[in-house]
Amino acid sequence: MALEDRSEAWRDALRKSISGKERTDTPRVKMNELDAKVRARNYEEVNQGLTEEQARKEASRCMDCPNPTCMEGCPVGINIPGFIKNIERGEHLEAAKVLRKTSALPAVCGRVCPQEKQCESQCFYKLKLKKEPVAIGYLERFAADYERESGKMATPETAAKNGIKVAAVGSGPAGLSFAGDMAKAGYDVTVFEALHEIGGVLKYGIPGFRLPNRIVDVEIENLKKMGVKFQKNTIVGKTISTKDLESEGFKGIFVASGAGLPRFMNIKGENLIGIMSSNEYLTRVNLMDANNADSDTPVLKGKNVAVVGGGNTAMDSVRTALRLGAERAMLVYRRSEAEMPARLEEIHHAKEEGVEFMTLHNPLEYIGDEKGRVTTMRLQKMELGEPDASGRRSPVAIEGGIIDVPVDVVIVSIGVSPNPIVPSSVEGLEVSAKGTIVVNDKLQSNIPTLFAGGDIVRGGATVILAMGDGRKAAAEMHQYLCSK
Amino acid sequence: MYKIVDKKFFSENVVMLEVEAPLIAKARKPGNFVIVRTGEQGERIPLTIASADEKKGTITLVAQRVGVSSTKLTDLNIGDEVTDLVGPLGKATEIKKYGTVICAGGGVGVAPLLPIVEGMKKAGNKVIVVLAARNKDLIILEEQMRAFADEVIIMTDDGSAGKKGLVTNGVEEVILREKVDLCVTIGPAIMMKFVSLLTKKYELPTMASLNTIMVDGTGMCGACRVTVGGKTKFVCVDGPEFDAHQVDFDEMMMRLGAYKEQEKADMYKIGK
Repeated sequence: MALEDRSEAWRDALRKSISGKERTDTPRVKMNELDAKVRARNYEEVNQGLTEEQARKEASRCMDCPNPTCMEGCPVGINIPGFIKNIERGEHLEAAKVLRKTSALPAVCGRVCPQEKQCESQCFYKLKLKKEPVAIGYLERFAADYERESGKMATPETAAKNGIKVAAVGSGPAGLSFAGDMAKAGYDVTVFEALHEIGGVLKYGIPGFRLPNRIVDVEIENLKKMGVKFQKNTIVGKTISTKDLESEGFKGIFVASGAGLPRFMNIKGENLIGIMSSNEYLTRVNLMDANNADSDTPVLKGKNVAVVGGGNTAMDSVRTALRLGAERAMLVYRRSEAEMPARLEEIHHAKEEGVEFMTLHNPLEYIGDEKGRVTTMRLQKMELGEPDASGRRSPVAIEGGIIDVPVDVVIVSIGVSPNPIVPSSVEGLEVSAKGTIVVNDKLQSNIPTLFAGGDIVRGGATVILAMGDGRKAAAEMHQYLCSK
Repeated sequence: MYKIVDKKFFSENVVMLEVEAPLIAKARKPGNFVIVRTGEQGERIPLTIASADEKKGTITLVAQRVGVSSTKLTDLNIGDEVTDLVGPLGKATEIKKYGTVICAGGGVGVAPLLPIVEGMKKAGNKVIVVLAARNKDLIILEEQMRAFADEVIIMTDDGSAGKKGLVTNGVEEVILREKVDLCVTIGPAIMMKFVSLLTKKYELPTMASLNTIMVDGTGMCGACRVTVGGKTKFVCVDGPEFDAHQVDFDEMMMRLGAYKEQEKADMYKIGK
């Protein structure tokens, strides 16, 4: 393929056009960001993207390695040098085409992937030169945004229709990525969504200042152009059963119903008014638009807001609290900052915006007023002990180290359990003790026509891992259906 | 999609809507509920299903006009469409032969009680229905109940229909009179609390169907959490029915008031 073939003449010429030293001497580009003080009070996207000049310069840092290790770090197998070299030569639409070959949502991934743990962690610069890696994520976003804004968005080519019906359960990243690949392979794909909006966690979970909804909508429109059908307000396992789907002629079902039940700590006072899960808080604000006066959905806006947890969802929640007018937005985490699972960029952005990090603190109980509203959070001070099963140093309580902090809203963001609806409604489906669907290395469950991926299998992961599962399930289901 | 094919006022503020929803009509069971949204800026609110007509492909909802969302929904007329409707949600009522069953309902809770009364009767139970309201005009679905129940006892605060007294007076009368095996109660939280306290005294097993604040209704948000037997449960996926004697009704009532101030401030949207 000319677009991504390393041996093409243009690519060879491009490699020779700049010396290796000049490439490696160029410093990594800095993302253009809105001012922290201003953005912390509005809902605008924080990262403003790269200019064309910045993008081409950053693209020129890429050494176009013969064995690109970065690609090993990408769950959806993007041809990374292939798209970056197209940016370097100024063919940004071609770069986007390379991305679209393997990713249904490049504008999304460019914004929310933890690149520092994936592609960028495997970059030649990082591994061999001990320098800052090529900003692969920024470049991905640049190409996808350039394509969208150009109005020349290419709909990926699809194979001749084979007339075989397949279903995705859930329209989050796993379901969308599965739908894209199956549509490309010629299948008649329907995506079933429980909520009234398509996009799953990309819509209800990730806030607009990190991933605007319009970006997600463009990607969904593109899938529709490829022939993917979407059915909202439909819960597979409740509204229709998997048996109903089979009798309607669906030959394969990919369950990507995501994370369900939010976890709570089960401590005293946790059901007081003002204490809620990050799922509830973010859904009210992101999906239901509760911060808009026209919305009928309310949300509690606190002056003193504490978010419990250290992951990306906790960061999203605490930064949302600032934007809803919190005077004090605190992040309460029982370990130290080094153990936080959140992306580095989110931690950095949260700090810039004025979030108070209360690391090595763990909630003990909540105290409320006569109306049942939370007023005080009692915290236990912690210190780090020996590493635990996760390899992280485990937090240990410091005796006598107890403090009370005034709060009026508390967001509990300590993880979720898998959504129980599908696992409990399919007769004979093998489910783990944790409630996840058990699958083999082909993402196939003990029911051969039923595949599963994303959080319903992993229990709680990232957008890109879910997308990787969607792609893999598509390939495996295709194989399976062809062999039948 | 979700077209309204019939609308009736049961009382000034209690409205019945029959809505096209063929998949839900087919799948629903007594005890299930739906989430309804009216308008593009509408809130997702849970409503229990009063009845369904599988052949017509419709479900019947009964809503009380109290706040912005319920008013917007019940302002819709025949031919209008509900913006979003999803379900059936929650676990179904365990319908089987218990013996004698009291079904005690108040307010709009009488509506979801109807399919349970029907189911319990068809399962071979003797079914005694106790309906309670402030006055005669607020008693709903009496005729429909009589079609299935062995006996219907009406209780009103002012004695304008049936006997003067509270729902608990009616329930107690039956308990003192004959052997009862199960009580099912649906209505305002305060009513269910007192029914539960009464039946606990007589050690009569009691199920209560809870209607809490919800957002998604599929187990995702946790807004609906209640304490049952000292443990936190989610009404949307673990319920809506629970052993009433284990439910912390005081906490539930407190949590129902979480957005009271915002709800009041929003009343201008419906001209109040």
